[in-house]
Amino acid sequence: MSDRQATFDKVAELIAPFNKKGVTLTEATSFQHDLEWDSLTVMDFVAAIEDEFDILITMNMQAEIETVGQLVDAVEKLKQTRD
Amino acid sequence: MTEAVQADHRRPADSAPAAPDRDLMSKFDALIAERQALLDSGVTDPFSIVMDAVKSPTEAVIRGKDTILLGTYNYMGMTFDPDVIRAGKDALDQFGSGTNGSRMLNGTFRDHMGVEQALRDFYGMAGAIVFSTGYMANLGMISTLAGKGEYVILDADSHASIYDGCKQGVAEIVRFRHNSVEDLDKRLGRLPADAGKLVVLEGVYSMVGDIAPLKEMVAASKKHGAMVLVDEAHSMGFFGANGRGVYEEQGLEGQVDFVVGTFSKSVGTVGGFCVSDHPKFEAIRLACRPYIFTASLPPSVVATAETSVRKLMHAHGKREQLWKNARRLHGGLVQMGFRLGTETPDSAIVAVMLEDQEQAVAMWQTLLDRGLYVNMARPPATPMGTYLLRCSLCAEHSDAQIDAVLAMFRAAGEATGVLPG
Repeated sequence: MSDRQATFDKVAELIAPFNKKGVTLTEATSFQHDLEWDSLTVMDFVAAIEDEFDILITMNMQAEIETVGQLVDAVEKLKQTRD
Repeated sequence: MTEAVQADHRRPADSAPAAPDRDLMSKFDALIAERQALLDSGVTDPFSIVMDAVKSPTEAVIRGKDTILLGTYNYMGMTFDPDVIRAGKDALDQFGSGTNGSRMLNGTFRDHMGVEQALRDFYGMAGAIVFSTGYMANLGMISTLAGKGEYVILDADSHASIYDGCKQGVAEIVRFRHNSVEDLDKRLGRLPADAGKLVVLEGVYSMVGDIAPLKEMVAASKKHGAMVLVDEAHSMGFFGANGRGVYEEQGLEGQVDFVVGTFSKSVGTVGGFCVSDHPKFEAIRLACRPYIFTASLPPSVVATAETSVRKLMHAHGKREQLWKNARRLHGGLVQMGFRLGTETPDSAIVAVMLEDQEQAVAMWQTLLDRGLYVNMARPPATPMGTYLLRCSLCAEHSDAQIDAVLAMFRAAGEATGVLPG
């Protein structure tokens, strides 16, 4: 399994507790339109991602991330920066 | 001539324009519909209250009815102080009604210098800069202090002016869970060690009235090399031995880099400010766009502010009365069975938590009909799913008024089913 796929799987696992509507996750799943997350849910989820990967996702970055695929790409990039 | 000009601008009743199917205003359709649904249910619009007359810091006439005010930020009751009013009148007579300009050019008058000196004296700090509102103070300070490649770290429950200050600037923004020292420490630890960092905190969080664990938060900030700005808008006048705020109450003088405040709450007028002991603080005046590119406060306003700030330095009796009122209201409401935002009377704000918008509006309307005005708060001013009635106490509330307030809450609670009948 590629690193990216592993990251996708972990992201999907972390989304699960917040996926109240049971949306099927794809690269194109949108946090705002498909998952319908409010601001506080976003913060809790981002905190979970940050803790899992030991990275920091600023609000500036969050504003640019609309889909699960974009988040996985961002996490991959931040992991490389960290390492 | 004047009447003719006015008549020309009146629109005939039958010519109201029809909105097009779709334009830039369409994005507000959901908001318009939600407000209309509220009005159609027969209640008064909670966000369109008009004070027909104001009789004192604690009484007004609303919709023709004498009403106790428990939803203003007039914590220290300074709005009708005779010395404050006289200072404003004198300034109007001597300097006219407005300044017309920015502090940087033609907008600095004697009383702007006077109120900044009063703030230096009040806070015991070397630097003070006055802004046109508290909102502008946060907007200006945060956007100017943190530059490109630097970080602002803020509490998730921060006031809109703090969030807007972040948006106005070019720094990277990181937020942490409300009042969580652990979360703050963890996020600071993930930031580049050598990057500039500004941690923004509030002494009292205005929606629920809870206070920040500033002592631990400032310690965490300093450990990671961050500067600290504390907004003490809802604490000035009655926290700490000198009324400087929660940071003074928790023994943090000399450890907080910037304190932001407002004149629209305890001071009883309008305006905002920042005080600091930093030796380069004056440079803010040269770089801060919300300071440079806006009109300065009218002379009457800064004159009232100066007098009020100086009087607040010695308002020990008022401070005691305000805390006594907060304890009585908080205790009385708890005893009746209301769910409050804080377990103890942490500040002059007492928030009554309710289940949903319908319950909140029903309680608010019943209280207003009985002669009590409080604030109804709902998202986005509060977190998702949080509806509350916010009571703000005043040092001028009498014991009899607090008794009357409690009686009205009991009656409204029973009438609306919030309390068991």
